[in-house]
Amino acid sequence: MSPTATPARRQLHPPPVPASPFPYHPGSLLSAQDLTLEELSRILIRATALENEDPLVRSRILAKRRVALLFYESSTRTRTSFELAAKGLGADTTLVSSLSSSIEKGESLKDTGLTLRALGAETIILRHNSCGAPWLLEAETRLPVLNGGDGMHEHPTQALLDLRTILAHLRPGVEVVTAEALAGVTVSIVGDILHSRVARSNMMLLPRLGARVLLCGPKELLPDLAAAAGPGIAIERDFDAALRQSQAVMMLRIQAERLAGMQLDLEQYKASYQLTGLRLAAHAPEAIVLHPGPIIRGLEVTAGVADGPQSVILEQVRNGVAIRMAVVERALTASQQGGRA
Amino acid sequence: MTALAILGGHLIDPAAGVDLLKDILLKDGRVAEIAGPGKLKQANGAESLDAAGLTVAPGLIDMHVHLREPGQGYKETIATGTAAAAAGGFTSVAAMPNTAPVNDSPEITRWMQAPERGAAIRVFPVAAATRGSKGEAINDYAAMKSAGAVAVTDDGQPILKDSVMRETLAAAARVGLTVIQHAEDTRLTQGGSMNLGPVSFKLGLRGMPPEAESGMVERDIRLVTELRDIRAHLHVAHTSTAAALNAVRQARRNGLRVTCEVTPHHFLLTEEHVGLFNTNAKMNPPLRAPADRDAMIEAILDGVVDVIATDHAPHAVHEKEVEFENAPNGITGLETALGLCLRWLHKEWRMPLGRVLSLLSAQPAALLNLKGRGTLTAGSFADVLIFDPKAEWTYRAREGKSKSRNTPFDGWTMQGKVRWTISEGRIAYSSPA
Repeated sequence: MSPTATPARRQLHPPPVPASPFPYHPGSLLSAQDLTLEELSRILIRATALENEDPLVRSRILAKRRVALLFYESSTRTRTSFELAAKGLGADTTLVSSLSSSIEKGESLKDTGLTLRALGAETIILRHNSCGAPWLLEAETRLPVLNGGDGMHEHPTQALLDLRTILAHLRPGVEVVTAEALAGVTVSIVGDILHSRVARSNMMLLPRLGARVLLCGPKELLPDLAAAAGPGIAIERDFDAALRQSQAVMMLRIQAERLAGMQLDLEQYKASYQLTGLRLAAHAPEAIVLHPGPIIRGLEVTAGVADGPQSVILEQVRNGVAIRMAVVERALTASQQGGRA
Repeated sequence: MTALAILGGHLIDPAAGVDLLKDILLKDGRVAEIAGPGKLKQANGAESLDAAGLTVAPGLIDMHVHLREPGQGYKETIATGTAAAAAGGFTSVAAMPNTAPVNDSPEITRWMQAPERGAAIRVFPVAAATRGSKGEAINDYAAMKSAGAVAVTDDGQPILKDSVMRETLAAAARVGLTVIQHAEDTRLTQGGSMNLGPVSFKLGLRGMPPEAESGMVERDIRLVTELRDIRAHLHVAHTSTAAALNAVRQARRNGLRVTCEVTPHHFLLTEEHVGLFNTNAKMNPPLRAPADRDAMIEAILDGVVDVIATDHAPHAVHEKEVEFENAPNGITGLETALGLCLRWLHKEWRMPLGRVLSLLSAQPAALLNLKGRGTLTAGSFADVLIFDPKAEWTYRAREGKSKSRNTPFDGWTMQGKVRWTISEGRIAYSSPA
C-alpha cells in the first residue's frame, strides 16, 4: 500500500478476486498451502509406512509407472531423493535437465511439458528458476506436477521433510497433525529469507500447525513486509534473541546466484548471523539445527555446528526420500475424477 | 457519400450539454443536422438507423493504444486493432510509438495513417519524444506534428534525464503538443514483474515499488513548474498509485497544466488478481495495492482523472504462455473499456452516464486538441457511438476482433452493448440487436 493512500470515503464494492483454479490435478503438489491438514497427515503416515516397507514389496507399488524429472536448475538432494523415491516404488524415471536437452535450443516449458506427456510421463517433477513455473506446467499439461522448487517462491517437499524432522524431535510419534500439533513451538528461520523458497514454504506451512515462525536476518535479505506474508510470522532481527525463543533453528545459505547486484558485507553478516558453537550453547542449547542445504561451511554455520550433536541436517536428507515416496505415490494414485486422494 | 439518419435515439453529448431524444443526420462525414424526434429537415433520401431505446453519443476516443504496426503484425495490425476499437465503440485512437521501428519520423507517422493500413476508424499517431525512444536526442516535433502526430511520448521507455525531459516539455509546448509520460523510474524497477508488496513477497517475485511511479511524476511536475511561463503540458499515462494521483491533484491546484489518465484495469483490479502467476494480469505499471485501486475509483468519481484510456497492449498467445517473469507486459482493452466503465463506474458506483462518456470522448478530444471530435454538433465529425446502455453481456476474448486475447476480463459481465460505431459517417461496426 502506498503511504499516502487516503481511506475510501464511499463504500466501494470492487470486483472480487476470483477463486484459484489450481491445482487442476488432485495429485499435484504445487504449494504446501494446497494441502489440507488431512492430506498432510496422510502424506506423513504414508512416508513412514513406505520407509518401513520391505523394498521388494515397495517396488511393486508403482511398478513401471513413468515419472519425469524436469530440472532447469542444478540440484543434488532434491533430484536424487525424488529419483530414489520414485525408483524405490518401482517407477521408471527419466531426467531432463536444461543443459542436455532441447531447452538449450529454446524450447518453451509448455512444449517440453507436452513432449514429456506425449512420451508417456504420468507425473512431472519440476525444478525451475522462475517463480510459478509449476503452475504453468500443470495448467498446460494437466498432469500431476510436483514442485521441486520454483525460483524464490516455494519448495513444498522441503517444507514437508522439515516438518517430519521437526515432529520427530519435538513431537515424537505424532503423524496425524492438527492445527495445534506444534502449539508452543517457535521455529527461527535465519539468513537470506528474501531469496529463499524454503523459507517461504516453511513460513506458510508451520503456523498452520500452531508453530510460531521467527524470521531473522538483515534488512537487505529480510524486508519488513515479510511479516505480512501470513499469520504466525514475526521478524526478530537480533539473532541471539531469536535463538533464545526457539526450539528449532533453520539456517539458510546466502543465495549468491539471486543477489542481483546486491552488495553484502560478509564479515558483518557472519558477526551478526553466523550460527557458531558458542552462540548455540549460550542461547539455544536444546534446539535442533536444520539446514536445507547446500551448506556453505564457515559462512552461515560453522563446521562444528553442522557436524555437531544438535544438527539434524542429514536426517532432513533421509526424510526427503520418505516424504518424496509418499508424494510421488500420491501423484500417481490420486484420481482425477474422485477428487483428492 | 450517402447520408445517414439516426432516428429516435437518446443523444448524450456531454461537451454540448445535450441529454435529450434527438434525430441526427450525417452527411459527407460530418454531422449535418440535429433536431427533435421527426424534425430533421434535410433527411430526404437518407438511409436510416433505428436508434429507438438506444443511447447515441460521440464516438469514444482512446488516447493510449498499441497497434503494433509497423513491425509486430503478429500481435496486432492497424486493421485488426482498429476493428477491435470499433467493436468497443471507439472512433479514434492515439497509437503509441513503441513500434519496430519506433515512430520517430514523419515517414512512419504518415505510413500509419495511410489508407493501405485498412483502419476501421481514425488513427492519430503519437510521436516518439526522442530518437529511437532512447531518451537522449529529442525529435523534430514541428515536423512530426505536421505529419499528423497529436502528442509526444517515449511510452514504455520513460525519459529519465532531467535535462532531456525539460527540453521535451519545452519543445512540445512551443508547437502546442502534449507530452505523455509513462512515469516509471526504471532504476527502481529493474527485474520487477509486479507491484512490490506482501503479494510479490509471497510469490517470490521481484517487485516494482509504487515510488518508482510517484517519484517520476513528482520530478516531471517540478520540471513543468519551471516551465510554467510557456504553459508546458504534462500528461501522466496510466496512473496507478495513490501517491502519483495526489501529486497530480496538487499540481493542478497550483495552476499547472498537468493531466492524467487511468485504465479500467487499474481502477478495477489489484495485485491480488495476479493470483497464481496469471500472465494476463501482468502489465506495466503493475496492478497495485487495494488502497491504490480505491484511490483510482475515488479520483475518477471526484473528477481528478481527466481521461480513461485502455493501454491496449496485445501480445500473441505464445508470448503470454510462459513463466510469469518472462511474459511481456500488457493486456488488451479496446473491446472491454465501455462495458467495464458502464458496469462499474455507472451502475455500481453511480457515476452519471454523461460523465462516464465524457471521460471516454469529450475529455480526451479536448486534451489532444482533436477539433470537431468528442462532440456531436452540426459541423463536427460524424463519429458516433450507438449503444444499448441497459444490455448486459458476457465478454469472450476468443470472439473478439483483436488479433490477441491477453485479457484478465475474459468471461466478465459487461454492461452496454455497442449496436453501431460510425466513423466519419461510415458504419465501422454493427452488431445484431
